[in-house]
Amino acid sequence: MEQDVKLQIFRGDKEGGEMVDYQVPRIPGMVVLDAVHSVQEKQAPDLGVRWNCKAGKCGSCSAEVNGKPKLLCMERMDKYPEDATMSIRPMKTFPVIKDLVCDVSWNYKVNEKIIPFTPKKGERKFYQYEADRVQEFRKCIECFLCQNVCHVLREHELTDAFSGPRFLVRSAGLEMHPLDVADRSEQIVKDQGIGLCNITKCCTEVCPESIAITDNAIIPLKERAVDRYYDPVRLLFRKLFGKKAAKQEA
Amino acid sequence: MTQITINSGSTRLGDTDRKDLWWLPPMSVFLALSTFVVYATFRVFYNAHYVIDTAESAYLLSPLYSPLVIWKDMPSWLSPAILVLWAPGGFRLTCYYYRKAYYRAFALDPAACAVSERKKDYKGETRLLIIQNVHRYFMYFALVFIVILGIDLVHSFIWPEGFGMSVASLVILGNVILLSLYTFSCHSLRHLVGGNIDCYSCVAFGQTRHKAWKGVSKLNKNHMYFAWTSLFMVAFTDLYIWLVSSGVITDIRIF
Repeated sequence: MEQDVKLQIFRGDKEGGEMVDYQVPRIPGMVVLDAVHSVQEKQAPDLGVRWNCKAGKCGSCSAEVNGKPKLLCMERMDKYPEDATMSIRPMKTFPVIKDLVCDVSWNYKVNEKIIPFTPKKGERKFYQYEADRVQEFRKCIECFLCQNVCHVLREHELTDAFSGPRFLVRSAGLEMHPLDVADRSEQIVKDQGIGLCNITKCCTEVCPESIAITDNAIIPLKERAVDRYYDPVRLLFRKLFGKKAAKQEA
Repeated sequence: MTQITINSGSTRLGDTDRKDLWWLPPMSVFLALSTFVVYATFRVFYNAHYVIDTAESAYLLSPLYSPLVIWKDMPSWLSPAILVLWAPGGFRLTCYYYRKAYYRAFALDPAACAVSERKKDYKGETRLLIIQNVHRYFMYFALVFIVILGIDLVHSFIWPEGFGMSVASLVILGNVILLSLYTFSCHSLRHLVGGNIDCYSCVAFGQTRHKAWKGVSKLNKNHMYFAWTSLFMVAFTDLYIWLVSSGVITDIRIF
């Protein structure tokens, strides 16, 4: 006979709280969100949890299961030992509103600052093979698990200096778009603080959409920053040939 | 019930709710990289048994000493390896994969995802570590080294009586293949061959550069794998040549 699921769920708000023990019946095919809903239905109707699609596409139910950032709706219970107690906490990086619900509004404020898509004038024509690269970035569901796990935000709390992986992905998607003509180099280096990323790839590890955040977005942006600010040969080239060289590079 | 506080900023190094063996990967990386560094440093200063250059055998040179830079009246304390190892060493030290590996394993910054670290004055790669941006220059040197190691490989097949092959030739071949895969999967190379272009249909040789970028991107997915296997192979090739040249083992001739 299958054992009940043993859970410890954070109950509280930004002032603090406590881990509360619950037990719910185990159902085949159950995901962690099902267990949380079961608690909410029968034992704690006031338990706060944000969710929407239950299909890993809305990015609402982000939390930390046994200390790892996860989407509650995509985390199967059968991955975990039956006799173990599972801990479920809100994302550590963001202020808690209630229980498992966090205030992620900081992300939207950062997003507003990014220079939007700026298409070139005249004929707008590009090919699928050119769009493939940026389409990967469009898969982002804005669950903010990458923001949560990024140690620059999570541990060092550099929210004023670093935009986080989610918004470097967005900038990469715009910068690499074949029709976009805006120059975000300065913004990426100075405002988004790409130099603060030390490429430890936690964002990539937790991404539920399997976006290669570090390899395909952040490192290419770092390389572009080198082109613009740190490559002495390119700097000399630009110094010598000025605008003409910059135009050719563009 | 357990009382906890959220976002207090008071977490200590290593604090985490993770219940898996999160410390195992950084510890393994720490041990593996340390072992290589200790071995390579010893071999550099050992300064002997790095080449087989006899009338009965093909010319075999350790990758740690290639290209062999020696001159008449060279001080005996100066190892030829020191004169060349800065280039491949710098390439690995500034490599995007190894940066991740040693930031995690040595600097514990962070040791693993969602594990607390020291709350010191974090600057990432903005101050002193801005030097990491020199990686592309080491990559240029690494490309030259692939050619040089390729020449060493050819030498390993040339025996006094003509073309021949021994186990050492195969070891050197494996080393050159893995080092080539590691070098050609480099993130900087990926950027330079085509990653820096947004509109391939708008530039000269756009299609060709897109194909080059795609090719390097395919290799790049396995950059970590190539980083480790090539590192192991460099050490193994050097060890093999050391053992053969010191007479501990005999290099078996295949044909």
